[in-house]
Amino acid sequence: MAAEFEPGAELPALKTTPDRFLTVRYAGASGDFNPIHIDEQFAQSVGLPGRILHGLWSMAQVARAQTEAAGGPQALRALSVQFRGMGVLEQEVVVTSKVKAVADGVATVSAEARQGDTRIIRNAVAEIVVP
Amino acid sequence: MPVNTDAIGKRYDPVVYAVGREKIKEFAAATGETNPLHLDVAAARAAGHADVVAPPMFAVVYQQPSVGPALFDPEVGIDFAMLVHSGQEFRWERLVIAGEELTTTTSVQAISEKGGLGFYDFEVATVDEAGEPVVTGIWKMLVRGA
Repeated sequence: MAAEFEPGAELPALKTTPDRFLTVRYAGASGDFNPIHIDEQFAQSVGLPGRILHGLWSMAQVARAQTEAAGGPQALRALSVQFRGMGVLEQEVVVTSKVKAVADGVATVSAEARQGDTRIIRNAVAEIVVP
Repeated sequence: MPVNTDAIGKRYDPVVYAVGREKIKEFAAATGETNPLHLDVAAARAAGHADVVAPPMFAVVYQQPSVGPALFDPEVGIDFAMLVHSGQEFRWERLVIAGEELTTTTSVQAISEKGGLGFYDFEVATVDEAGEPVVTGIWKMLVRGA
C-alpha cells in the first residue's frame, strides 16, 4: 500500500537497528573496506568511539524509506544527502520523510536519519514519481 | 594552505562494471531491502524484468571503482587522513538489471577552499551498452586542514 503523497504529508518512518556485524557485511557488499567501519581497534586509534556506520549505508536507509513508501525502486528519481554525525552499531536508526511539494507527478520529499538525538543524515532531498 | 585547483575538469578513463545477480542480492540483503524484485529472480521476471533489479543505491557499487582513482590521484592531492565523505547525490534515469554492463566515467567538477576546509566534488556518469545515461552521481568530499 503506497503512502499518500501530498504537500505536508509525512511518509511512514523507517526504523532499523544495525547489528554488530552489519558494517562487515556492508563492506563486503559495497567494496568499502575502510577500517574505521570494520576494525574496532583501528577506529579507536583514530579517535572514534568505535567502528562507525558507512555513510552510504545510512543513505541507503533513506532511499529505502522512499522506495517502500512509493511502492518500488522505479519511483526514486533522485536523492541528495549530507553526511553529518557518526552512526554507530546496535542503535536504532530512524528515517523520517515529509512531502514538500508535488508537481507534474513528481513529489519532492525532505528527509533525515537519526540515532537518538544524533542526525546522521541531514538535508536529504528525494524526487519520487508519485504512484 | 590554499588548495590546488589545477585538476578541475580533469576526466579519468572509463571503468566497465558487469552487474551480477548474486552481487545485487548481497547488496540488497546488506541494506535491508525486502522487495523481492531485488532478491528473487522469479519475482523479478514475473514483474517483467530479465533478472533481479538493483536497488537504486547499488549505484555506489558500480561507481566506486571509477571514483577511487580520482580520489587517489596525486594531482588532486587529497590527504586521506583528513578526508570526510560530506555529501552524495544520485540521479537515476532507469532501473539497472543483473546481466548489464555499465560504463562509468569520473571527472573533477569543483575544488574550492573555505575556512581551512577543502571541498572536492566529483561528477560520476554511468551509461549503458548503448551509451544511454543510467545514473549520474555527485560525490562530495571535504578535507580538513586544507
